[in-house]
Amino acid sequence: MQTPRPKTPRLAERVAQSSASGRWLWDGLEEAQLGAALTETRLDAPLETLLGRSVLLRTHGQLAAALALLELDGVARRIVLCPPDLDEGDLPAVMTDADIDAVVGTAPCGSAPTATQVSLGPPRHGAGRPNEALNTEWVMFTSGTTGRPKMVAHTLEGLTGAISVPTSGPWPIWGTFYDIRRYGGLQMLLRALIAGGSMILSRQGESASAFLGRLGERGVTHLAATPSHWRQALMSPALDAVAPIYLRLSGEIADQAVLDALKARFPGTPIGHAYASTEAGVGFEVTDGLEGFPVALTEREDGPVRLRVVDGSLQLCSSRAATRYVRKDGGGPAGPDGFVDTGDMVERRGARYHFVGRRDGVINVGGLKVHPEEVEAVINRQPGVRMSRVLARKSPITGAVVSADILAEPGADRRALEAAVLEACRRDLSAHKAPAVVRFVEDLAVTNGGKLERR
Amino acid sequence: MTVRDTITSEMNAVAAQQNKRLAALTDELILLECGLDSLCFAILVARLEDAFGYDPFSAEEEVTFPVTFGDFVAFYANAAP
Repeated sequence: MQTPRPKTPRLAERVAQSSASGRWLWDGLEEAQLGAALTETRLDAPLETLLGRSVLLRTHGQLAAALALLELDGVARRIVLCPPDLDEGDLPAVMTDADIDAVVGTAPCGSAPTATQVSLGPPRHGAGRPNEALNTEWVMFTSGTTGRPKMVAHTLEGLTGAISVPTSGPWPIWGTFYDIRRYGGLQMLLRALIAGGSMILSRQGESASAFLGRLGERGVTHLAATPSHWRQALMSPALDAVAPIYLRLSGEIADQAVLDALKARFPGTPIGHAYASTEAGVGFEVTDGLEGFPVALTEREDGPVRLRVVDGSLQLCSSRAATRYVRKDGGGPAGPDGFVDTGDMVERRGARYHFVGRRDGVINVGGLKVHPEEVEAVINRQPGVRMSRVLARKSPITGAVVSADILAEPGADRRALEAAVLEACRRDLSAHKAPAVVRFVEDLAVTNGGKLERR
Repeated sequence: MTVRDTITSEMNAVAAQQNKRLAALTDELILLECGLDSLCFAILVARLEDAFGYDPFSAEEEVTFPVTFGDFVAFYANAAP
């Protein structure tokens, strides 16, 4: 017989505790925004009807999702949190795999938000009883760039495992380019909700510059984004509007170039780059301003997260990892010994591991492997380069060659820059890894998840 | 620039970048003996595609691989749209 898990306090209770201790939460909300979100989350059925249900949560805006999560945790048996760009065509399979018997949501993205519709099917697991708080299963989607995104299940306990609650203020004002309907953004939201403080959410369709301006007006203190977002922000004059006291990068490899650029732009401001994934959970944070992480982290036997490197791939064992994949054949991301293989490849250089790329993103040049990210790291180090993307280009000779798209800083001499980039690549990388061709582009697309678009 | 000029100039550039000694480019020169390895050829073909706007290797009909430098030039010249 399964031992029942000890009850985790509902999210709403934990937020109430944090608010009661004088930490403000909703003060920063503009009334119009709150009004719209409240309209959107005004259920057209009583909350009790969702007791014990497996709920698909699909909102137009982020704030509505945040408010709905507060209500639904402890009430619903399962919440499937849809990211804004979830493909309509994937919905039927999602609903089957997650055993959805209630949909809480607004009109599809693109149309104006209306009151939330609750669509109920017959309950599949019997109706829940009032006053019986459930350990709700939180389900979110992986940010995989290929194929159908996977649904991954977490507990609130696991999701909040890395959050420590400070005993005194001032409470941070979080700002993030992430969407709270994905793992990285949800971490920020939960941090702001539980550990005190406030959070500024981006709006649907808001430009990076407009958002930065608003972050400045609202006095953001803690700013989090992917390295790709940061590279774009560094090109925006609107970045002058913010004066954060803490900067954070995660979601992609933070290379030395972007860390140095941020250090130069915000001298003296602590900068952390964090490792986390939807499947493995929050891993660790590095604060010494250097790319990669100390080998010593893999040698620790204690602590909530254990790390090891197997065949070049980083593996994590953690109570914050996902409990299972939500799909027919079941299974979870962790192997029999509890370690999750992240597929993030690392290379040891001295006392440090450096991230070199994804195992599944390898370019094969005549049988020799190239991680696009390791080439990008060398290119991005060149003065005059703001951002780059390395891709496979089909070759009749070697199957593929390496091709690089470069986003140069305004006014850069492109001819000289191309020569400098190629020289640096040939100096620092094996011959097959240096780009065969270089192209200058005016823009590099970033996915909704803040990662460099690689397709 | 003629097709031959473009190819000659790109081959010299690739050889210089990859630290290869390029043989004198005569029509009879066997490509495999010109001093470039397969990676150099892969780079060369990608750059020539960018320079000419077409890639004769990806033609619909079966491709007969050029053997000599003269073949190689003709291969590109004949494939011009």
